[in-house]
Amino acid sequence: MIRGLLIGVLALGVIGTGYWGYQEHQEKNAVLLNAENNYQRAFHSLTYQMDLLNDKIGATLAMNSRHSLSPSLAEVWRITSEAHNDVGQLPLTLLPFNKTEEFLANIGNFSYRTAIRDLDKEPLTDKEYETLKVLYKQSGEIQSELRKVQYMVLKNNLRWMDVELALASGKETTDNTIIDGFKTVEKTVTGFDETDFGPTFANMQKKDENFKNVKGSPISRNEAIRIAKKYMNMDGNTKVKVTENGKGADYGFYSVSIKNEKNGQEASMDITKKGGHPIWFINQRDVTKQKISLHDAMTKAQTFLKDTGFTELELFESTQYDNIGVFNFVTNKNGVRIYPEAIKMKVALDNGDIIGVSAEEYLKSLQSRKIGKPAISLKQARSKVNPNLKVMEDRLAVIVNDLNKEVLCYEFLGTIKDDTYRIFINADNGREEEVEKLKDSENLFEDVL
Amino acid sequence: MNKKTLFRMIIAALLFCASMPFIQVNKVQAFSNQVIQRGAVGEDVIELQSRLKYIGFYTGKIDGVFGWRTYWALRNFQYEFGLPIDGLAGATTKAKLVKSTKYTKGNNAQVNNGNANKTNNKATAVNIPKGFSQNDIRLMANAVHGESRGEPYIGQVAVAAVILNRVNSSSFPNTVSGVIFEPGAFTAVADGQIWLTPNETSKKAVIDAINGWDPTGEALYYFNPATATSAWIWSRPQIKRIGQHIFCK
Repeated sequence: MIRGLLIGVLALGVIGTGYWGYQEHQEKNAVLLNAENNYQRAFHSLTYQMDLLNDKIGATLAMNSRHSLSPSLAEVWRITSEAHNDVGQLPLTLLPFNKTEEFLANIGNFSYRTAIRDLDKEPLTDKEYETLKVLYKQSGEIQSELRKVQYMVLKNNLRWMDVELALASGKETTDNTIIDGFKTVEKTVTGFDETDFGPTFANMQKKDENFKNVKGSPISRNEAIRIAKKYMNMDGNTKVKVTENGKGADYGFYSVSIKNEKNGQEASMDITKKGGHPIWFINQRDVTKQKISLHDAMTKAQTFLKDTGFTELELFESTQYDNIGVFNFVTNKNGVRIYPEAIKMKVALDNGDIIGVSAEEYLKSLQSRKIGKPAISLKQARSKVNPNLKVMEDRLAVIVNDLNKEVLCYEFLGTIKDDTYRIFINADNGREEEVEKLKDSENLFEDVL
Repeated sequence: MNKKTLFRMIIAALLFCASMPFIQVNKVQAFSNQVIQRGAVGEDVIELQSRLKYIGFYTGKIDGVFGWRTYWALRNFQYEFGLPIDGLAGATTKAKLVKSTKYTKGNNAQVNNGNANKTNNKATAVNIPKGFSQNDIRLMANAVHGESRGEPYIGQVAVAAVILNRVNSSSFPNTVSGVIFEPGAFTAVADGQIWLTPNETSKKAVIDAINGWDPTGEALYYFNPATATSAWIWSRPQIKRIGQHIFCK
């Protein structure tokens, strides 16, 4: 009797577990299928966009009238960004696919620049036309490779989940049609030797200056420590660690970190080997109470900069985050603000210590530039600004514009209704180089920060 | 007649005495002696905004953050009152403001908040770096916390900087969310650790990275040599090591 009951209960348990297991299995499959479908959508959309891209570039080549050329190039730009977006949704991160993505980004940049240009005044040059032809051919090659992969995927019911698993487990060597296909695409793109994108494109990828223009002679490890100690206001027992940059770095630097043995507080900074300039410095500690004002902190930051040999800097922005003041300084040469040369400073508002410096941007854009005389007057520039703008401040400034070129501009700071805008008018040709809506504070949602 | 006057006086005196505590509570508050400049946050800014609002120079919300609108209001005030126009609330400007306006501590902020039972002398807004919202920062903090919570502070700033470097790179998606949720890009996203609640440190690290601190030398990848499974990642040019992570291009 008891045995029968026990068997009954156990049997019920087994059936129950089985049912539960089956349910779980079903759910897992549903989730997997869902993820798989997302990948499939991104992949098929990618191949579709590549088809479209090739067609559009082809159509652009055949166009004669400038009026249709601009919209068509804008369309190319949009398609590349969609394709780029699709690539980002595929699990390809561990697969070298950068060249293809860069290729897409380059087509996008090229078409954007040509599309926004006034093609009536500056028509496509022969060289740019040549570039378009090359792009047409190359996008055609990518398209055909991707179509091959797509065909295999559809024919053999290949699943992206398998790709993800293969990539994650590091077994890339196993035969996987999708991975192989994408590797072929990447190889094809690598095979295109640097496409000549014409003069408008010249300074696009050459942004990294590698601190070429930084002056000074090489410093030793000990000098690096000595410089670092100037930044770190630490007394007592400290433990110093210095490491050199790895082989892949663009420029030589020492990483110095100093740890206070007593309270475990640690400050670190990177210093250029050439000249011993600070790249960045962070001294992490909790700042719990504000004792000095943002203004006093700014004065401290200014004095510090002057003492460490950064001259001609003026405050551009000051912001308080909790009990830390963050200041943005830019070079001011004879009344002209040089925005690319910016240094950021962090000051603790409890005792006014400098707890952070970031000079990477400054060092990268440092150069002996010749600032020309503006070709148009302030009044002429003013007339180019939206008449609704109530101008409050104006000055001359050097900025890096849309085409990655340094240009001399008139800067206007003003308001339209309640919003503040910063507008740059090119001082040579009166073009509106940049319009920026300046951000005010943001309402606090329940202590998000 | 005389008696009546005396009686009235006594009543008046009593009333005055009775109202004493209230007068003390509503004591006019003046600024602390700091120079207030753009970007500042706190009580003094609330007072500054309230006073400027009182005489109609400032029309925005009294939120305790010295933003652009407060700045222009202050400059207009300085212009109208013949003070040097520098956009700084220094001693003379504050004295002039105190003289020409009324401000009672606590009151104004409450009224404008519609939140009467809270003694609100705290800022109701925050400064957020340009181009980002509090929610973007929270999302990044989630990723940083999930990826590197055991790392030193610099290592956390570095992870945040890598996310931002990827946003700027042409071979990665162009948004913070696109970069973070790119399949396979971050292990914390893949295993769900990204949904742990981030701590203060990771938020600070994110803000530092957004403000321009990049301890990585413009790295686009990083990996933990102890757990990395991909052979490919080892082939990337390495820039430096921070904590457990090697950063590379």
